[in-house]
Amino acid sequence: MENIIELDNVTKRFGGITALNKASLKVTRGEVVGLIGDNGAGKSTLIKTLVGVYSPDEGDILIRGKKVNTWNALKARESGIETVFQDRALTPQQSIVKNIFMGKELRYPFGFIKEKEQIFEANRLIREIGFTSKLINAESPVGNLSGGERQGVAIARAIYNKAELIVLDEPTNNLSLNETQKVFDFVLNVKKSNRSVLFIGHNIYHVYDISDRFVILDRGEVVHQLNKNDISTPEELMKIMRDTIGAH
Amino acid sequence: MSNKNSYLSNYFHRNGRALGSIGYFVLLMVIFLIGAPEAWIRPNLHQSVFVMMPTLIFLTIPLVFLVASGEIDLSFASTYAVAAYVFALLVKNGVDPAICLVLGIFTGAAIGALVGTLIVVFRLSSLVASLGVLFLLRGVILLLSNSRSITIMEIDNHWIYPLLVGNFYGFPMQIFWAAIFVIFCYYFFNKHVFGIHIQHVGDNSVSAEQMGINVNAVKIKAFMFVGIGSAIGGIFTTMITYTFFPTQGFGYLLLALAAVFVGGTPYWGGLGTIIGAVFGVGIIAYMEIGIIAIGWSGEWRQFFNGLIILLALLGHRLHGERVR
Repeated sequence: MENIIELDNVTKRFGGITALNKASLKVTRGEVVGLIGDNGAGKSTLIKTLVGVYSPDEGDILIRGKKVNTWNALKARESGIETVFQDRALTPQQSIVKNIFMGKELRYPFGFIKEKEQIFEANRLIREIGFTSKLINAESPVGNLSGGERQGVAIARAIYNKAELIVLDEPTNNLSLNETQKVFDFVLNVKKSNRSVLFIGHNIYHVYDISDRFVILDRGEVVHQLNKNDISTPEELMKIMRDTIGAH
Repeated sequence: MSNKNSYLSNYFHRNGRALGSIGYFVLLMVIFLIGAPEAWIRPNLHQSVFVMMPTLIFLTIPLVFLVASGEIDLSFASTYAVAAYVFALLVKNGVDPAICLVLGIFTGAAIGALVGTLIVVFRLSSLVASLGVLFLLRGVILLLSNSRSITIMEIDNHWIYPLLVGNFYGFPMQIFWAAIFVIFCYYFFNKHVFGIHIQHVGDNSVSAEQMGINVNAVKIKAFMFVGIGSAIGGIFTTMITYTFFPTQGFGYLLLALAAVFVGGTPYWGGLGTIIGAVFGVGIIAYMEIGIIAIGWSGEWRQFFNGLIILLALLGHRLHGERVR
């Protein structure tokens, strides 16, 4: 199976603190990887390094087997990695359409924007995601939306860009049951289309349900990796997580 | 019905601030018209406003971009004079005025880039840092020019004079260029990647960065644009008056800033309106000249300028607070 992305012994430091210590991780095509770990385990740093918000101090990043030299958020997006950040990465005073196309606007020559096309696509996407309120359309400002709807906009962005790897950072935080189910459906759809998901969550049950493989992170190190076949219940996963973190 | 409402509400979200400043402008005109109808129908009053407006437009509109990006610049009032000095000095030394124009504008862009880089790279407060640059550059000008003005009557014979600031059948050409500039900036702000990225950066720079927008580059370009606008304003004024003088531009500092905010661009970033700013410039320019025209003494000018800034701010509050 082809590796979409691979982190090889990546270290990231902030001042004197090593947030990520020789972490290695890969995501292959068509799989859903669940990243779990306690608060402060380095999940956030790992994700931000993976998607180019941080660049690693040591170690390599490989995209489809090829080592990259410069790594930033734009490069990650160009490599087919889209992220739904925990804070949604939205600009609330701007419209839904501007948010969906943020950083990857559809352009005419000289940088002018294909506004009509963007609005058409955004309206199609928000129907697809299932915004029920008729009061909402592509030109509504994001600031007027609920938490779940904002998550919808962040997901619509990832859908539109047909990413090969979608990173979901705590995507079910503060969502209703119904909205959580929508996120799960979305993950399954991505997997069905032979693309990959990296799912980060606090809620072991959510992560267990949705993932094919689990990566456990503790104090900046990848301490355990296992397949779903290796275990049979979320409780077992929880026990393994407690044991590895304790033993580490 | 609900759809119609939503389009209406989106329309007001997008255009409310511009409509607000158009409203204040109309109101001001009505007040002046009622207050001094004889003065108001004299064409020379409007002519003097039209002489002042283009310069103010070149200064104010780029500031809308910068304020929308979440920064502010005060140094533009000195950049204005530095560019004008470079232009006048080179013209005086026999360089072709067209080349001097280009070099003057280039000077403005370079100063903008330097100020922007200083603020962005060292994470300085743009208000305080640009205040420092404002004084520093003014000092440099006073030292270099020995506090002397430069007269450049010779540009009268060059083709750029009638093209840029000449009279076309009684119509001042600088108004034509200011109008072109406004139209260009309207599309640049609302329909171009540059303007859209500015709005994202000013709205939430962390989000913009996460989506791969180079926040520092966007901000530095916005500072450069302010430098370019100031240079154009300074050079145009120098051409119109045939004179560079070392204190030039200082008077525009507060007026241009006032025009941005009276025009409806909020101070907190993420939003801005070009059309609003044009009417903001109109309000400020008519206040400056109108008070005298209706026969009041100049002492009233500042009082009314202050009053209108406060009233406009209160009015723009109707468009709500910042959404997060």
